[in-house]
Formats: sequence, C-alpha cells, structure tokens
Amino acid sequence: MTALPQSTKTKLGLVIDLDICVGCHACVVNCKEWNTSGYGAPLADSDPYGVEPIGAWLNRVHTFEVQPDHAPASIVHFPKSCLHCETAPCVTVCPTGASYKRSEDGIVLVDEDMCIGCGLCAWACPYGAREMDPAEKVMKKCTLCVDRIYNENIPEIDRTPACVRTCPANARHFGDFSDPESEVSVMVKERGGIDLMPEQGTNPVNKYLMPRPKTNPEMELDENFSLADLAKENTASAGGFLGWVDRALDRLG
Amino acid sequence: MHPAISVIFFTVLSGAGYGFMAVLGLGVAMPEGPLAAFVISGIAGVLAVAGLLASTFHLGHPERALLAFSQWRTSWLSREGVLAVVTLVLFAIYVFIWMATGERYFFLGLLITIAATATVFATSMIYAQLKTVPHWHMRQTPLCYLLFAAASGVLLAAGLAPDGMIFTMPGSLLAMMELLIAWAVKVLWWQNAKKTTLAASGSTVETATGLGEIGKVRLLESPHSGESYLTKEMVHVIGRKHADKLRMIALVLGCVIPVLICLAVFLANTGSMWLLLAFGFLIAGLFAERWLFFAEAKHTVSLYY
Ligand code: SF4
Ligand code: SF4
Ligand code: SF4
Repeated sequence: MTALPQSTKTKLGLVIDLDICVGCHACVVNCKEWNTSGYGAPLADSDPYGVEPIGAWLNRVHTFEVQPDHAPASIVHFPKSCLHCETAPCVTVCPTGASYKRSEDGIVLVDEDMCIGCGLCAWACPYGAREMDPAEKVMKKCTLCVDRIYNENIPEIDRTPACVRTCPANARHFGDFSDPESEVSVMVKERGGIDLMPEQGTNPVNKYLMPRPKTNPEMELDENFSLADLAKENTASAGGFLGWVDRALDRLG
Repeated sequence: MHPAISVIFFTVLSGAGYGFMAVLGLGVAMPEGPLAAFVISGIAGVLAVAGLLASTFHLGHPERALLAFSQWRTSWLSREGVLAVVTLVLFAIYVFIWMATGERYFFLGLLITIAATATVFATSMIYAQLKTVPHWHMRQTPLCYLLFAAASGVLLAAGLAPDGMIFTMPGSLLAMMELLIAWAVKVLWWQNAKKTTLAASGSTVETATGLGEIGKVRLLESPHSGESYLTKEMVHVIGRKHADKLRMIALVLGCVIPVLICLAVFLANTGSMWLLLAFGFLIAGLFAERWLFFAEAKHTVSLYY
C-alpha cells in the first residue's frame, strides 16, 4: 500500500558525519557489493567496461567545496543514500503499491515484483535516492540493508548496514531514532544533526552532522610566534653548576 | 527533466482524445448515421488509446500495468489510469447506443464530459503534484492541460460538425476563442515558470547539503565520472539551449496558424473541414510546447550536480 503509516514502531536510519567522511567511496562500493547479491534483483551496470558505463547505485559520495565568508574554503565529502523519509513523497505517488514504508521500522522499500518501472517515484524524491536498474527495469533504492540488520545467519557484529560496517573512518552510524537514548539520537542531539532540504517537507529520518568549525590560523596566532622557536632547546630552567656553565657559555657567544 | 517522446505523445494525444470526448458528451450535433457515429467516436477513441499506449512505452514492465489501477487512494498516476479506463468504457456504451439507435443519451454524455475532464486533470496532477519540480508545481499547470484538451476537442468538433456549428455558435469562432484563451494562459504560465525557480522555492545547493550554514557551496567532484540514471533523467540540460526558438515554433504552429484558419473559416462562413487542418497544426504546436514543459523543468536533484 502506498499510503504512509501513521507512525512506525521504530525509526531506523543513519547518521552521516560530514566532519569525519574522507571521501574514500568504500561505503559506495560495499553497498553495491552487498546489494547486488542481496535483496531483489542484482544491481546492474550496463557497458561496465566500455566507454559509457552506467549503472544503478544506492549510495553515492559527492564532493563539495564550501567557501565561508572569512576563512579558507574547505572540502566536504558528502555521502547520500535514501533518507527513509517519514512523509516520503516517493511512496504516495507510486501507482502500483510497489513502493511502501514499513510500519514496524519505517524502512522505505520497493517490492520489485510489483514495480512497473514508471520512474515517478524517482521524480518525487528530492534527493536523487532512487535509480532505475538498467537491466531489470525496476526501481532500486537503499534498503537500509534490511537483509543484514535482522539477519541471524551472520555474526552479530555484521548486523548493521554494509555501508556503516565498512566505513574505515566511522562516518556512518546506524540506529533507532525513536529511542532518545540510542547512540544515533544522542549524537544528533549533541552535534545538532540536520535534515537535508527541510523545505521539501519530507521529514527525513537520516540526519547529517555538519563539519566542526575549523580553527582559523590567521585569527589565533600572535605575530611574534615562530614555529622555529619551538624547536630551540630551552635551558631557562637550568640551575646550579650546569646553569652557571650555560649562562657563561651564552655570554661567550 | 528528460523529455521522453512517449510521455509527450501520451499527454498531447490523450489530452486531445479526452477533450474531444468531453465535447461530444455535451451532445454537440454531429453528422447523422451509424457510420458517421463510428468514425467520429473512433477518432476520439484512437487518440485517447494511442496516448495511453504511448505512455506504456515509457514503462520498464508494461506487462504489469494492471497493478497501476490499484493505488488510486494516494497516487495521481493510478487515478489517471482508473479515470481514463472508466471514461473509455462509458464512452463505448454511449457510442454503442448512438450507433444502434441514433440517440445520444444526455445524462451518459454529461457523465462522460465530467469523467474526461477529470482524466485530463489527473494527467496534469501527475506533474503538478511534484514539489521537486517547482515549474510544474504551479496552480496553472492543470489549467493549461485542461484548456489545451478543450481547445483540441472543440477544434475537432467544429471541423466535423455538419454545418460547422457548435450548438448555436459557429465552431470556428468558438475554437478560435478557446485557442486564444488556452495560449494566453500558457504564456502566463511561461512567465510564471521563469520566476518559479528552484531558488525561489527555497531550495539551493546550500539547503540540499545543509552546508549553507558554513558558507557558499559548489560541486567539486561529481560522485561518478560518467552519466547516471539521475543525470540522464533529472539533470537533462540539452533542451534548454533552443528553448526560445521552440517557444516560437509552438506559438506559430499551435496558435497563430490555427487561429488564422479559424478566422478565415469564420469570415468565409464555409469550409469548416479546414478546421481539421488547424487541429493538425495545433497538435504539432503542442508537441513543441510539451517538449519544453519537460526539457525546461529543473528538478531538485540537479542541485547536487
Ligand atoms: S530519500 Fe527519497 S527515496 Fe528515500 S524515502 Fe525520502 S523521498 Fe523516498
Ligand atoms: S517505478 Fe516502480 S516503485 Fe516507482 S512509482 Fe513506478 S511502480 Fe512504483
Ligand atoms: S544501508 Fe545498505 S543499501 Fe543503504 S546505502 Fe547503506 S549499504 Fe547501501
């Protein structure tokens, strides 16, 4: 059913820490790796080794340059996958009922056997989180690794989304946002996690943590500071006979 | 947005077909006899069905199309499908009675007019509902679709009516008025569309990334070096280059020429068959108009690229 649930028992989703992400694309690759052999049809590529490769991915990393008013520009790597929105517009537009939001945990999924590949849901998503599979012609999107997080056939430590599990920098975190004590909720509270494009009214579950403010070298260094001075040996505290020798030798030049 | 030919055909042709059905449903006098009834209703049916079939070429799995009738509670696309089929069935019954008895059942006709109008409205809402495309998410979008469907329908009816009369009005005059109103609203729509940018709707790359609180944002590296479904479908830019030329083509083919033909027919007070030629020009103009409707529309996803 493409009607949205009134509320969901839990609110599973991701926190993505833009302060930490190093833009290595490991989550992108591991997401593809897991999902091409997991839920639904394989995640296809067409012309993978040719001149114009094109394929379906559920998670992509953009890289932006941010230019503050009075500081040097910085680079921010920006991973983006489905945000499992609470008022998901992609779900309500679906004519077939293939797209749905689960009332138990809020995960937004596509039933690939019901999808007619009309693409309207991808148009309705503001974030570009849905991509048509070039071979199967059905809509693909992040499943929040629903086939991992509840999977009792894999070790407990792996029961977390592939992208979260693989991130070498620990920039992605998975958890339940309906529990105010959960790791993700606390993180969002402490760091002021934000919604992407709140003006679209989608109420995303996934939250983003902004890069921490950079220290500004021009403002904090005093003019007489010299890095070379730090390397000089400091003998000011030497006392007694050695102190006397030190001062005597200094005087000699 | 990517201007898919199948969707352009769908919206233009089914708009004309349902527009014509709506006019026929009002009971406008048509040539007598079962054969004429068959041919005339055939034109309406073929236009509508051709449009609907074209839309299925857009689907990855047309064989599952029946499922698309199930979600009418929430989905405009589903509603469009349901209304389109209901209208077609009602129209088939209407035509059957018409051919068999020569009678055009008034209340059934009225019902068809309402259902056909609702169908075109639902078609327009598939686009107008999308907040992600501010161009389309405008009040006048459904109005444009409805007026163009009406103009197509009236023009066809005027061309086929026995003495070119629609009720007590010369069809050519009525069609001319319809055309002028429809294109005037469209020109207004174009004006408004220019102002209804993504930025005006409050979405920028800064809100899309949340990084606006730190500074000005620009893309340094795209997530992929080649194309993707997203860039092909939603970050389509090719069409915008020729936008002004196409706008002229749409206006000349779809408005100026048909209006002149209508005027000539009205002044000469004869030769209403020529209005069918005007209909051909209108459809050609509408193809250009619809192409622009898609090609010029900017989706929020483009903010990430
Ligand atoms: S991010 Fe896009 S695809 Fe995911 S739930 Fe929100 S609107 Fe739907
Ligand atoms: S592409 Fe599939 S999931 Fe998306 S709206 Fe169409 S039928 Fe629904
Ligand atoms: S949760 Fe799973 S499907 Fe979603 S982006 Fe991460 S790895 Fe991909």
